[in-house]
Amino acid sequence: MNVAPDSYVTLSAVLFCIGVVGVIARRNPLIMLMSIELLFNAANLALVTYARLWLNNAGHIFAFLVITVAAAEAAIALAIVAVAFRSLPHVDADDAALLKG
Amino acid sequence: MIVFWILAILLIASAVFTVTAQKPVYSVVGLLVNFVALAATYLELHAEFLAVIQIIVYSGAILILFVFVIALLSSGVKPFEVGPNRAPRIAIPAIVFAALVLAGIAATVAGTRTAAPSMAGGVTGDANAFGSVANFGAALFTTYLLPFEVTALILMVAVVGVVLIAGDEGPGGIVRRRKRRAIEREPIVKRERVAP
Repeated sequence: MNVAPDSYVTLSAVLFCIGVVGVIARRNPLIMLMSIELLFNAANLALVTYARLWLNNAGHIFAFLVITVAAAEAAIALAIVAVAFRSLPHVDADDAALLKG
Repeated sequence: MIVFWILAILLIASAVFTVTAQKPVYSVVGLLVNFVALAATYLELHAEFLAVIQIIVYSGAILILFVFVIALLSSGVKPFEVGPNRAPRIAIPAIVFAALVLAGIAATVAGTRTAAPSMAGGVTGDANAFGSVANFGAALFTTYLLPFEVTALILMVAVVGVVLIAGDEGPGGIVRRRKRRAIEREPIVKRERVAP
């Protein structure tokens, strides 16, 4: 009936790696940001798993803070994307090279 | 047990769909499924409050924000284009790197293994049990009050930052508008000075 904590940690690690592939391989900044959300969620899953394992709700508080920071990050990053790619022909992270010099 | 496997398959499949989807809108749908499945997983782990927050903040607020930005970027004069897809070229190094990350996580978890209690039992059914909203709220407003207050500051800085970055004319928009208004006002001021 009970699932081993290792299963949850493995699931979290696999989700994290899928997110890593998304950040590296995709060049659409929106999909890259969504992959970053996947990374946050994978970390949260590990935090909640260990909180459950040790019956210590510090992990829940930390996951709550991660969700808050993720919300702030998403808002700022999407504002930057909306401003930066309004004047570019493609929504492509490689086209945003204004600071390249 | 069966619930865990259903959720795990759903989580991994939706994550893969999010990463491989051709259009960002499809990715949003994949991400929505992922977030809801993760909220169900949190319920499985007795994190009731986090499950609700996951639905409200992630599926409710963040995803709507993504949808708005997708709509904003595609509503311009030019049709919404996705640049030439370079994914196939980078995919193999990315997967190799992700496999290395996975190996690193596995090695770290295996190396720091301590005698953890098993997950069987330990959570009672009453209202103040571990993971209940009452338990979470009591911890948040006593032991972890300072981090909670810092959260408010982070959110306020984010809101001010977003308004400054994207507020009506992009970076420096407010400053630029104020300068333009000053220039428009200038001739009127001069005429008034000449009149008497």
